[in-house]
Amino acid sequence: MSIKELQDEIIEEFAFFTDWMEKYEYIIQLGKELPLIEEQYKREENLIKGCQSKVWLHPEYSDGKIFFTADSDAVITKGLVSLMIKVLSGHTPKEIADAEIYFIDEIGLKSHLSQTRSNGLLSMLKQMKLYAVAFQAGSLQK
Amino acid sequence: MRENYNDIATALNIEKIRNDFPLLKTTVYGKQLVYLDNAATTQKPTAVLDALDNYYKTYNSNVHRGVHALSQQATEAYEEARKKVARFINAKYSHEVIFTRGTTESINLVASSFGKKFLHKGDSILISAMEHHSNIVPWQMICEEKDASLKVIAMDNKGILQMDDFEQKLTDDVKLVAVTYVSNTLGTVNPVRDIIKQAHAKNIPVLLDVAQAIQHMPLDVQELDVDFIAFSGHKIYGPTGIGVLYGKEEWLNKLPPYQGGGDMIKTVTFEKTVYNDLPYKFEAGTPDMSGAIGLGAAVDYVESIGRKNIELAEGELLAYALDALAAIPDLRFIGESPERSGAISFLIGDLHPFDTGEILDKQGIAVRTGHHCTQPVVDFFRIPGTVRASFAFYNTKAEIDALVKGLEKARLMLG
Repeated sequence: MSIKELQDEIIEEFAFFTDWMEKYEYIIQLGKELPLIEEQYKREENLIKGCQSKVWLHPEYSDGKIFFTADSDAVITKGLVSLMIKVLSGHTPKEIADAEIYFIDEIGLKSHLSQTRSNGLLSMLKQMKLYAVAFQAGSLQK
Repeated sequence: MRENYNDIATALNIEKIRNDFPLLKTTVYGKQLVYLDNAATTQKPTAVLDALDNYYKTYNSNVHRGVHALSQQATEAYEEARKKVARFINAKYSHEVIFTRGTTESINLVASSFGKKFLHKGDSILISAMEHHSNIVPWQMICEEKDASLKVIAMDNKGILQMDDFEQKLTDDVKLVAVTYVSNTLGTVNPVRDIIKQAHAKNIPVLLDVAQAIQHMPLDVQELDVDFIAFSGHKIYGPTGIGVLYGKEEWLNKLPPYQGGGDMIKTVTFEKTVYNDLPYKFEAGTPDMSGAIGLGAAVDYVESIGRKNIELAEGELLAYALDALAAIPDLRFIGESPERSGAISFLIGDLHPFDTGEILDKQGIAVRTGHHCTQPVVDFFRIPGTVRASFAFYNTKAEIDALVKGLEKARLMLG
């Protein structure tokens, strides 16, 4: 599926929730379920510092695609991180670099991508795109 | 204790008081707002909003320099606001009240002007382990510039200052002690009288950051014998952008100006400028006239309720909240000083404060999460931050019950 199709699928999935609690419970569940990153990659250089919660991000390049793993110390952020990975991981550097991320806004979690929260998710998205650009330019070892 | 609370609430007539604050009627996500972020900023009573409105609608004009009627009216109102603040803190002279942009600018002013003249290589400034960044960074900056050092009074794991450590560190190299009266993160009320007494015994001046004290308790600068205090208007029901630096006349006269510009001068030639007298020496440029007038109205409003009444009502609210929160399983308080005011910080189990705060927010409950501009404090406790509920006299027992219920929900959802 393309990045756009993956986002639309998430938006459709979230449309079933009738109140905020169901939606958050789902995100929290996502945050709890996934082993998002190997412990060895939860180190300082992979840490994206937000003001409130931390996010670790690790890229791997294989067969022309980038595969991300990540983690956060806050569970709601972690749930959103897992959605972000679902959408962006396994695509080519160009697809990631060019992607327009709109699903966070559409599912009503817009504040997580705003500067005011400074919770790491926005920084994470920027970092994913930076990796994509770097792999594209060949400045990171593939 | 809870019965007591009701008595005081009735005496203060909280329901009537809440009508003075239009914003308290706001709903968020369709739910009645429960505003428990008063340590960050307080809501504004109609009296303050009207003063601002009236200023801009009827006599907006630049102060201290106009020949015309409006300018004189604005100048009188601006100077009357200064007198109100001076009376409020019981300053000896109203020219000891300098209007600034807020606590941060007040402290920067002292750090810069005091440091320029009185800080030399090998000297030090003594602060405490629970300071807000605004009472750390300005001192770090001037210490670096002057090759001086910053010393820190330690606290224990309850968030209480170690007075024996203070005594040890209060050595001859200390040129100024700058501590907070009430900790914005821990709620600790520090023994400032003792600190001032000991510092003065060694002829060392003291600056108190009273940003979290001035709105909660009576404060008399002459009785405290404090040399400088700094606070923000917006935390005491006034507008944003206005703050106060109080300094004893003798100190303010000794300090060089902070910024240069209009209003702070007597005569200017290209060869030499003669600075103006207090307080104008420290108020370069067009001041925040509406802000000062709004702050004057806020001070009047607070006086009309009575600071002793406020202290009593908030004390009971705090006691009620501490009791109610303590009943939540796995909740631990960050900051357990018996002497406390204003804010309560806590964590539930290993829940991230940011998650807890977000689930509260969805229920219309406004708290603050994070390090509250006191990173050294959260580092000391080895935590990612805290959830902080902070109170004003317009808060109610029902709002605290809503917080507790909201936290139970957060615990269930996140746990």
